[in-house]
Amino acid sequence: MTACAKTIASLILISSFSACTTGYFEVPIETPLEPKIDVSRFQRILIAGFVTGGSKEIDTNLETARMLKSQLRNSSDLQVIDAEVFQMKLVAERQGSISRLKEEEEQVSTSSENTEDELTEGEALPEETEEDLEVYEHIFANVNYWKQLGEEYQSPLIVTGTVYFAPHQRSGMVNRQREIYDSFGRRQVIPLRTYQDRKGYVLSPKFIFIDGNTGATLYTQRNREEILYDAAQNRPALSSYFELMDRLLPSFVGTLSNESIQGIRILLK
Amino acid sequence: MFWAFSRFTILAVVLTASSILVVHADNRSDAKAQVEFGILVAKQELWQEAISRWEQAVKIDPSYAAAWNNLGIACERQGLFDRASDAYEKALNLEPNNIFIQQNYDLFREVNDRLRQNDR
Repeated sequence: MTACAKTIASLILISSFSACTTGYFEVPIETPLEPKIDVSRFQRILIAGFVTGGSKEIDTNLETARMLKSQLRNSSDLQVIDAEVFQMKLVAERQGSISRLKEEEEQVSTSSENTEDELTEGEALPEETEEDLEVYEHIFANVNYWKQLGEEYQSPLIVTGTVYFAPHQRSGMVNRQREIYDSFGRRQVIPLRTYQDRKGYVLSPKFIFIDGNTGATLYTQRNREEILYDAAQNRPALSSYFELMDRLLPSFVGTLSNESIQGIRILLK
Repeated sequence: MFWAFSRFTILAVVLTASSILVVHADNRSDAKAQVEFGILVAKQELWQEAISRWEQAVKIDPSYAAAWNNLGIACERQGLFDRASDAYEKALNLEPNNIFIQQNYDLFREVNDRLRQNDR
């Protein structure tokens, strides 16, 4: 190849490369996510507390309220009311909706003498299931209670609901990767399906947003997340709880505030 | 006689083919002008105008993958997700191996999935 031919070839290469590089343009794209509730009429938000069930290793009510408050302080324009968190189970009982049901149960059951004493501070049922929490849900429909609470705190947006956090186990086949070295010492990773005992936690909150002005429910948001580890690992409940809440928080915040997804797209000529 | 007829036929075929090519080339260059103008206005954040330019481009030349791709981006930017999906898919059908279009479409689908999840 002569020098001239080489020059021509490289010129063609350069021009084709520059044509390629100028043939596209990156543009930023921002997609707004509409909030599910119009919070423009609220200036304040009250995290009232939650009916909780499941694990007794952590105070799910307190931790959830603390986490939501902290998240809202950072990502919402609403003023977070720094009030004490209510024991919603106790509130539900006091409001009578539970006690009526309990009375009915007492008529059926013969061993009900200690039931009411045990039902204090949300520690009544030692191994509550998610379904057991439904008994307390009448409190969320009690418009008068929420309206009264709203008046007390200058008509805020009230957040309450149920939070179920419990140990969870699941065993079965899992995909793992195994490193092997061949006779030449070359590393290879091969997929391997093995049977494994796994345990972890499940977090299933139901967030209820109530208008403190009218006491009416504005929106209900349900989520469910689970996390599983090798049964040999001993993960503390609190760290699993934080990990699961981290997954749910964007969805919670998205209910109240304008979020947007930012990205880059490529325009072509 | 046969050779004269044959030559005439070949000439006619060549002329027809070249005229089709010329028309196609004209269509493409007209569409390209619209695409380039669309890019200019999109860079100024005038996305509605960009949509109108790229719509004209795909009307002039429906086989122009870049125009469909850009239309998809503009529709996505304006929150017209059904139209965006349609445009991206048309672009990908025309150029299935174009990594830029594929990347745009993948990112779009990710956003769209999140939006649907948010709506639930």
